[in-house]
Amino acid sequence: MTDSKYFTTTKKGEIFELKAELNSDKKEKKKEAVKKVIASMTVGKDVSALFPDVVNCMQTDNLELKKLVYLYLMNYAKSQPDMAIMAVNTFVKDCEDPNPLIRALAVRTMGCIRVDKITEYLCEPLRKCLKDEDPYVRKTAAVCVAKLHDINAQLVEDQGFLDTLKDLISDSNPMVVANAVAALSEIAESHPSSNLLDLNPQSINKLLTALNECTEWGQIFILDCLANYTPKDDREAQSICERVTPRLSHANSAVVLSAVKVLMKFMEMLSKDLDYYGTLLKKLAPPLVTLLSAEPELQYVALRNINLIVQKRPEILKHEMKVFFVKYNDPIYVKLEKLDIMIRLASQANIAQVLAELKEYATEVDVDFVRKAVRAIGRCAIKVEQSAERCVSTLLDLIQTKVNYVVQEAIVVIKDIFRKYPNKYESVIATLCENLDSLDEPEARAAMIWIVGEYAERIDNADELLESFLEGFHDESTQVQLQLLTAIVKLFLKKPTETQELVQQVLSLATQDSDNPDLRDRGYIYWRLLSTDPVAAKEVVLAEKPLISEETDLIEPTLLDELICYIGTLASVYHKPPSAFVEGGRGVVHKSLPPRTASSESTESPETAPAGAPSGEQPDVIPTQGDLLGDLLNLDLGPPVGGPPLATSSVQMGAVDLLGGGLDSLIGGPNFVAPPAAAVPPNLGTSMGSGLSDLFDLTSGVGTLSGSYVAPKAVWLPAMKAKGLEISGTFTRQVGSISMDLQLTNKALQVMTDFAIQFNRNSFGLAPAAPLQVHAPLSPNQTVEISLPLNTVGSVMKMEPLNNLQVAVKNNIDVFYFSTLYPLHILFVEDGKMDRQMFLATWKDIPNENEAQFQIRDCPLNAEAVSSRLQSSNIFTVAKRNVEGQDMLYQSLKLTNGIWVLAELRIQPGNPSFTLSLKCRAPEVSQHVYQAYETILKN
Amino acid sequence: MIGGLFIYNHKGEVLISRVYRDDIGRNAVDAFRVNVIHARQQVRSPVTNIARTSFFHVKRSNIWLAAVTKQNVNAAMVFEFLYKMCDVMAAYFGKISEENIKNNFVLIYELLDEILDFGYPQNSETGALKTFITQQGIKSQHQTKEEQSQITSQVTGQIGWRREGIKYRRNELFLDVLESVNLLMSPQGQVLSAHVSGRVVMKSYLSGMPECKFGMNDKIVIEKQGKGTADETSKSGKQSIAIDDCTFHQCVRLSKFDSERSISFIPPDGEFELMRYRTTKDIILPFRVIPLVREVGRTKLEVKKKWARPPISMNFEVPFAPSGLKVRYLKVFEPKLNYSDHDVIKWVRYIGRSGIYETRC
Repeated sequence: MTDSKYFTTTKKGEIFELKAELNSDKKEKKKEAVKKVIASMTVGKDVSALFPDVVNCMQTDNLELKKLVYLYLMNYAKSQPDMAIMAVNTFVKDCEDPNPLIRALAVRTMGCIRVDKITEYLCEPLRKCLKDEDPYVRKTAAVCVAKLHDINAQLVEDQGFLDTLKDLISDSNPMVVANAVAALSEIAESHPSSNLLDLNPQSINKLLTALNECTEWGQIFILDCLANYTPKDDREAQSICERVTPRLSHANSAVVLSAVKVLMKFMEMLSKDLDYYGTLLKKLAPPLVTLLSAEPELQYVALRNINLIVQKRPEILKHEMKVFFVKYNDPIYVKLEKLDIMIRLASQANIAQVLAELKEYATEVDVDFVRKAVRAIGRCAIKVEQSAERCVSTLLDLIQTKVNYVVQEAIVVIKDIFRKYPNKYESVIATLCENLDSLDEPEARAAMIWIVGEYAERIDNADELLESFLEGFHDESTQVQLQLLTAIVKLFLKKPTETQELVQQVLSLATQDSDNPDLRDRGYIYWRLLSTDPVAAKEVVLAEKPLISEETDLIEPTLLDELICYIGTLASVYHKPPSAFVEGGRGVVHKSLPPRTASSESTESPETAPAGAPSGEQPDVIPTQGDLLGDLLNLDLGPPVGGPPLATSSVQMGAVDLLGGGLDSLIGGPNFVAPPAAAVPPNLGTSMGSGLSDLFDLTSGVGTLSGSYVAPKAVWLPAMKAKGLEISGTFTRQVGSISMDLQLTNKALQVMTDFAIQFNRNSFGLAPAAPLQVHAPLSPNQTVEISLPLNTVGSVMKMEPLNNLQVAVKNNIDVFYFSTLYPLHILFVEDGKMDRQMFLATWKDIPNENEAQFQIRDCPLNAEAVSSRLQSSNIFTVAKRNVEGQDMLYQSLKLTNGIWVLAELRIQPGNPSFTLSLKCRAPEVSQHVYQAYETILKN
Repeated sequence: MIGGLFIYNHKGEVLISRVYRDDIGRNAVDAFRVNVIHARQQVRSPVTNIARTSFFHVKRSNIWLAAVTKQNVNAAMVFEFLYKMCDVMAAYFGKISEENIKNNFVLIYELLDEILDFGYPQNSETGALKTFITQQGIKSQHQTKEEQSQITSQVTGQIGWRREGIKYRRNELFLDVLESVNLLMSPQGQVLSAHVSGRVVMKSYLSGMPECKFGMNDKIVIEKQGKGTADETSKSGKQSIAIDDCTFHQCVRLSKFDSERSISFIPPDGEFELMRYRTTKDIILPFRVIPLVREVGRTKLEVKKKWARPPISMNFEVPFAPSGLKVRYLKVFEPKLNYSDHDVIKWVRYIGRSGIYETRC
């Protein structure tokens, strides 16, 4: 008989029988019984009732039996904590066994038993094992520290295990080093602020040495850890790169990808003029190509990563188009990813080859793949202008095949081609019109209707065509209905005489017979426009449309940079930051690429701000569903149970979750309901508002006269990116209240209502203190000014840069996302003046490495004026001294989260350059405080 | 890191289930079965996210292996680990089938305990594993202290793939250069893309800890050497080949290859894949397929609608390396034992096979 018999389903009374067998005197029978128990456990049967009987078998010199009992223990100890204690003695004894394999087994298993009482007993054996003479025991103990930390972090710190673990980084055995690195990296991830993995050139050197000697897995741990290090200058970056590049020839793809990650990250610091930079670029291509001959699952991971690399550094693979050609037998997930990369690499030089391939793919079997191939032809046309004509003729050939979904897909992309190259390819319209009947998908129908409306004057029977759609108006999807309404209005404006009846018909269908508010609204607008001012109507409806952009699906740059830091990991497969799919504290720290610094420059005066900091207050618009979506989802909603499996286009996963009601319900939640427009009479709103501001006026007399400096409003969300909604704004701080002053402008043709706003978690917990109140619907071309009060009690998550704020705004049309940088001085609180003695003590107390120096140039003010101007923004002068003709101002400020920043400002009379030294326990704020000084003093 | 590892049969019944992390519950086992194995449509991705849990899977015949995690793990590593897991199982009990897994489930649990600790892959070289994970569990009691420490130092050591004290009466090695030629040709006979992916597989039966050095007609090496003697260049001139890229077994010293382009290593005992390489230049294409369109009449061509017609593909095997690769030498040094390079019997064999060798039509 073989072991498979244990899997056969058994009859009633099994547990009882097993109990008897477990207590049998015969060793063989005992072992058989334990095997049966484990088999039952595997298939999910509850055998926890046998706990004492199984644990009784633990005291054995049969290693195989012992391991089985341990397996059982790990599974059930948590449900039977009191009885698990029975096992402790055996563990402690085993940790002293002369056989290192047994010692390691005991410490390994003990760490997996998540019972508090056991953990206490674990400490002493673990301490011994960490210093065991045998490397096998030490490498196991290193991982055990991470296990213990997961159960009881405080205990690990109190017992000093972290220091022992750090010492293991210098162990003589490479595998011990690798496991220690893995354990420390994991622990450090849950304590982002701690300086656990205190990487410095010496420890880096140790890691690089171990890299050459340890197992393939150890190499991955070490490389992943190296990727978190920021070299001090380009020379160090280059020397690490030189020692990492040999890994590109490793047979293990994960080693290769992790090496690629380190190189891609550190390359940021290298000057492009360097010879080495070019060498490195050349070295990266072959291993990336080789990854494509791995097994399909790895190919998929590689392709998702190559997709990022190609966006970040297109030059690496620009000559390698051919390797991405799809093979007939590739799994579908590989095919789709290859296609995506082919389009990204398409250029004038290779477009002929690409098109020939795409045409071939359009005749394959898999519907999704064929559709994507057809769409890709359209994207090529838009991307490479010289190829547009060939693309259009290829698409026409495909339409001739009459394969339903091919035709529909082709029509959708031809619409885009028309938008990119107006008045160029209209000759094909006749062919398109022949296929009207076969269109059954809303997107294709809408595209075709758009084409007919847009070129109504060139299509003789445009009215007939549109009329034919009108018959089943109410059965169409909203997309088609809206498009049809607009198309017929366009037609009417172009050929008013013959089509009056038609336009009346569609307007009444849209306004009277429909219960879709969007459709009704649009219908009424057209109706009124046409009845009041047909000339204006023409200007509005037939206005020239902006050209569509070339690349529509690029990943937003900051997200792309973050994903580059995650090469090889799940984040790079999902194209989402870890915070979007990892629960809890792990992985929420945003990573960013190191700033470019050259060693030659670093000797210069330190006034040059790190180049990584984004310049100015340029808002970043997030075009694709990026991290924000995930983060917003993360906030309040539970896990989307049984959410859509991550399939063909994992990029869109977030979008599916979100638009499936996630965010809508979130924003529409109790805190954020914007009152229905009619519910609050506008005059009541204003009277309330003025009452409040009266109150403010009163208090402002007591406090500072003028509030903090307020920057002029900047456009945060351009109308083009938000379906006509333009948002500009700025931040203010007045007498302790922070607000976000917004200006919303409706540049669309439809009325906007139901506004709501939501912030993503951010570094200082900024959050709206009240819902976004837009009292009346926002009509086209109307602008409204709103001051949104903010507080700092929201959820905190460290952002990169620190003062980054990601905002979601919702209206009746859609949800829009943008991010903006707020000036730090809105967070300077009113009681930020520190007592002199305190100031002196604190200044001494903060370590010198936390001090940062900056130059403020071209500031014509004298010390007096500087002091008073800064004071109005809550930067207080604690003391003033005159040293050798220079004015030294000692200043303090406090942030909303209680962080103190101390400053020494040196002003030389007659010299418009000031020197600012900042000391703070959280040195990462210094840069932003300096920027606040600049802003306040120069405006 | 990896939170759990499950093995299922084709029906979705779980055969092996090992959980490493507290955040993975029993419901994960069912989630994968329901959403992936029992899903009606074809698998659209090897990575699936269900309720914030990520599942990585590979399939071997009708067995599903799934690794589960809730963290941002190194995805490439997880797949490499799953493949390795398959290799290790195959090395222990042959084909990965439901029957074999059920028969060896105790062994599999023992292996899983050893090669994955808290979700971190540990030494998974079968050579090392077989020294202390045996199907006779009692063996460990009879080991001497020396044997035990030899095991642990091998498992954790720099040369984790080979144990000391191997002895052969006859020192012998076999080198197989196995190439697969990949071709994609247009119906008109134009080569759209062609490359050779090759593997050098070595079977070594050598005593002690032999230091090996492998040489082939790599263009870069030949040109470097040829600089001195013009004679050599003319002799080997066209004989060298340009290698686009190569990857090596864990045993090869990569930094040495990076700096000197020399391939030196201490081989594992028995069979292993020394290197993989890829070439695209001057490939010998053993066969060409030219599709013909039949002319029906003088003025009429018969062209069929050709939706979803698979390309014509070919299978063949030829006794040479289509890339032109030649093994120049494989030198063996074992300083401690008294056999020299000349005493080793060496065999070299070249096999070229069709990879994806397709002509569209």
